[in-house]
Amino acid sequence: MARAVSARRSLLTGILAWTIGLVIFFPILWIVVLSFKSEGDAIAAPLAMLRAPWTFEAYAEVQERSDYFKHFWNSVVISVGSTLIGLLIAIPAAWAMAFVPGRRTKDLLMWMLSTKMMPAAGVLVPMYLIFRDFGLLDTLAGLVGVLTLINLPIIVWMLYTYFKEIPGEILEACRMDGADLKREILYILAPMAVPGIASTLLLNVILAWNEAFWTLRLTASDAAPLTAFIASYSSPEGLFYAKLSAASVMAIAPILILGWFSQKQLVRGLTFGAVK
Amino acid sequence: MTFTLRALLGASAAVCLATAALAETTTITVATVNNGDMIRMQGLMDDFYAKHPDIKVEWVTLEENELRQRVTTDIATKGGQFDVLTIGTYEVPIWGKQGWLVSLNDLPADYDADDLLPAIRGGLTVDGNLYASPFYGESSMVMYRTDLMEKAGLKMPEAPTWADIKAAAAGMTDKDAGIYGICLRGKAGWGENMAFLTAMSNSFGAKWFDMDWKPQFDGQPWKDTLTFYLDLMTNYGPPGASNNGFNENLALFQQGKCGMWIDATVAASFVTGKDSTVADKVGFALAPDNGLGKRGNWLWAWSLAIPAGTQKADAAKTFVNWATNKDYLALVASKEGWANVPPGTRSSLYANPEYAKIPFAKMTIDSINTADPTKPTVDPVPYVGVQFVAIPEFQGIGTAVGQQFSAVLAGTTSLEDGLAAAQDLTTREMTKAGYLK
Repeated sequence: MARAVSARRSLLTGILAWTIGLVIFFPILWIVVLSFKSEGDAIAAPLAMLRAPWTFEAYAEVQERSDYFKHFWNSVVISVGSTLIGLLIAIPAAWAMAFVPGRRTKDLLMWMLSTKMMPAAGVLVPMYLIFRDFGLLDTLAGLVGVLTLINLPIIVWMLYTYFKEIPGEILEACRMDGADLKREILYILAPMAVPGIASTLLLNVILAWNEAFWTLRLTASDAAPLTAFIASYSSPEGLFYAKLSAASVMAIAPILILGWFSQKQLVRGLTFGAVK
Repeated sequence: MTFTLRALLGASAAVCLATAALAETTTITVATVNNGDMIRMQGLMDDFYAKHPDIKVEWVTLEENELRQRVTTDIATKGGQFDVLTIGTYEVPIWGKQGWLVSLNDLPADYDADDLLPAIRGGLTVDGNLYASPFYGESSMVMYRTDLMEKAGLKMPEAPTWADIKAAAAGMTDKDAGIYGICLRGKAGWGENMAFLTAMSNSFGAKWFDMDWKPQFDGQPWKDTLTFYLDLMTNYGPPGASNNGFNENLALFQQGKCGMWIDATVAASFVTGKDSTVADKVGFALAPDNGLGKRGNWLWAWSLAIPAGTQKADAAKTFVNWATNKDYLALVASKEGWANVPPGTRSSLYANPEYAKIPFAKMTIDSINTADPTKPTVDPVPYVGVQFVAIPEFQGIGTAVGQQFSAVLAGTTSLEDGLAAAQDLTTREMTKAGYLK
């Protein structure tokens, strides 16, 4: 009896989970379908659109009009570069906050997080002026710098949470054995926090990849990443749905594939420390 | 030995020349919108490079609103990211007055500024200086289904009144068959529903401000405008119209679900194009009036301007001259046919017998000629602009008022409350901006 109830419950849970998953995934699926239709068919009623012939026309036009690989490479440099630099700064910072906390550590952490709550548009003009004066407009270095700073609070917070789960006694023991700070972080702390560091890295690469406010406003042509590539296919007047969908699929595909292959690592890292 | 020496010397000279040529190449960055005419120009750049091998053009194509924010930030901070900007008739009077744009009065004689359509040229000129060169111009007009009108036993006049439009909408509506008599913009935004409603209100004798910059939403003309609009949309419009902009209405019209659509003249090439299921059943008429001397059509021109901060003004002017010259129109016609020539900028195009064969050519030029951005309303007003008010505050105010009117159309706010809210918020913003004491 109990087994039947449990089987029924797991079936219901499964159906519910799949339904929620499909609802969340539906917009992406729709974009993929639209990208394989002609412009005329893409604006037809849903059933007529689905029945219309499949074509690579939109992809061919996007490829012909835009330099996808330049935008792709810029996205890779910006997202991976800003995450790696962020990790280099955040690992020692999170170590200090987790293992040698001061009286104001909690306040400091809250202050760092509060900077994420400020509307980006509020600092657009000062940031633009700084970029202009330092010659950083439309440069990869400028964007790597700004995205490092933007995502740093999240990186520090995530690493702090993971580090707090590691018993301080282990680090004390290695210090007793004569390890200096560098060795302690590199050979003891980092290997134990690999799942947490990996999920932080993956999540921040995704965040930086999707960042569209600063990447659109601080670039023109040389450093424009995939967000600018997508924006060039949108229009309030005209027929661009199929091409816009094709451009969107090309922009999200790399990060979707990365997320797919690393989902186990991501889930493990995000739930790390959730159950004590 | 002599031969080797000569060969070496020759090679060195060639390298020096090539290096010199490379060194002299000027790269200009052009910020532009994603529309068919602009994309077509990017495909015709070989002609420009053949004539000007010393200039290289980098394109930055963005969605219209994104581009507006991007270039506004750059020009206001003198960022210098762009050498040529694609801007509209809204920005040119404001930016020209601010001294943010380079005057184009000194373009070469072959540019022929006198050939520009007077209404468009007037909208791009400030204190006698042409601050932008029109690339393509548009007005708005009525596009209607000839077969449905015939079925309803009606005939659309070439210059209809709003009463004619209502009668046509009533005659063509067949909700059981999924056909709605009229499709109009309802999506909130200063360039969305407010472009249509502001132009419509001009024909009802309404205006945004009186000569003292006092908002006028509490007057009868605005009430009449909105009452008529709501009546049309509620009885003969498609469901969910408060979410419909240009693209949504285009999709409905092309699928045969709209009897009539009043929108940009540029839509004519879409509804008669290969993707339209009703391409051979579309007629055109001027935007309606109410017998007050103003029609409900707007005027817009995407134009190329040069920011005052650019270091490459000469190369930028060379490009602007190429892209907006009469020769460019001829180039597009020779490569892509007359139907694909950017419309609405030059008188000579409409004098061309080949172009006159395009079904919507005459209606487009007639619509443009009936709009006057310097005298947009029945009563005198202190502002320039037919479907907008050319002041920097208008984007924000226009969108906020558009949200109120969109809510009225959606039925979440009453007509009276919507107008009162529009009056309050406009008064507040205009006071804050210093127009009202």
